[in-house]
Amino acid sequence: MGKESDESFSKRLEAAERRSGLEKKDEKASAAEGDEKSLPALALRAGTEMISALVVGVAVGWGLDHWFHTRAIFLIIFALLGGSAGVLNVWRLVKPPQI
Amino acid sequence: MAGGSSIDVLGQFELHPVLGGLGEALRFSQSPLYMLVAVCLVLAFLYFGMRPAAVVPGRFQAAAEVAYEFIRNMAVDTIGPEGAAFFPFIFTLFFFILAGNYIGLLPFSFTFTSHIAVTLALALLVFLLSVIVSLKVQGFRFFAHFMPAGASLALAPLLIPIEILSFLSRPVSLSIRLFANMVAGHVMFDIFASFVVMLAGFGVVGDVFAIGPIAINMALVALELLVGVLQAYVFAILTCIYLREAVAH
Repeated sequence: MGKESDESFSKRLEAAERRSGLEKKDEKASAAEGDEKSLPALALRAGTEMISALVVGVAVGWGLDHWFHTRAIFLIIFALLGGSAGVLNVWRLVKPPQI
Repeated sequence: MAGGSSIDVLGQFELHPVLGGLGEALRFSQSPLYMLVAVCLVLAFLYFGMRPAAVVPGRFQAAAEVAYEFIRNMAVDTIGPEGAAFFPFIFTLFFFILAGNYIGLLPFSFTFTSHIAVTLALALLVFLLSVIVSLKVQGFRFFAHFMPAGASLALAPLLIPIEILSFLSRPVSLSIRLFANMVAGHVMFDIFASFVVMLAGFGVVGDVFAIGPIAINMALVALELLVGVLQAYVFAILTCIYLREAVAH
């Protein structure tokens, strides 16, 4: 077992498919990114991306404050950074593929 | 469930010990019980589906084969040739979540994917796996991803924390998405079902108008069937995308 037997199997399978005229179409290239195409689904996903980054930022800031016995300085900084990370997440979600 | 005229939509998510005294002693609630049911259903589906091992598959075997091929294609197409190694994990994840979402649609059952503890545990598992694979494949170059290419060094103190937070938010958004979708669906079921009970208190007029919420609930069941499979798919495909980034050199 392993990569070699796997590869030779897929080669033989491909050859068999070609012989019997069952060639596979290449339609799955964009399937990975196009999982949520509808607008409400996209909006919901963008919302969760923003909220979750903010939650993580606040949690990290609160934790650092707790650790260093400071009052709210890390919370303020990391809440802002978390919000920025949320915007970055949304940008990664909606940006055109080339950029 | 809705009791009388007050609407208690969140009561359905409460955990209670099941299986009598033994469950009480083990703190065994509905959530692990339905997880076991989900696991047994998936295993039974695959075992009885593949037992004939016929060259020309029957319906049941064809369903099992389609399930296998669907996830395998998803893993290999998204991750690349290395995806075959992660296929069992993604298969398990997808069908565990799908079975959980669908079991929750049955009356008197419990949706274990509606608890953030469960979804966050699954998402953290995916997250830790992707980090471990990244560190194994890329070594210390993995940490270079936190500095965007081409950015000026002066901005690094700002950009690196933002990138790290964005990376850390992955398991949170992964878990919140599944959990929020399942909770929202079941809360809507309960709200419209309690409208029926309330309208029934208004005599004949109420009985006639109660047809509305019943029709909406039937449409919601169809929607939830779609949401259940879509959320399981999204969870699996995002796992694939994270693993693709991890195995990329």
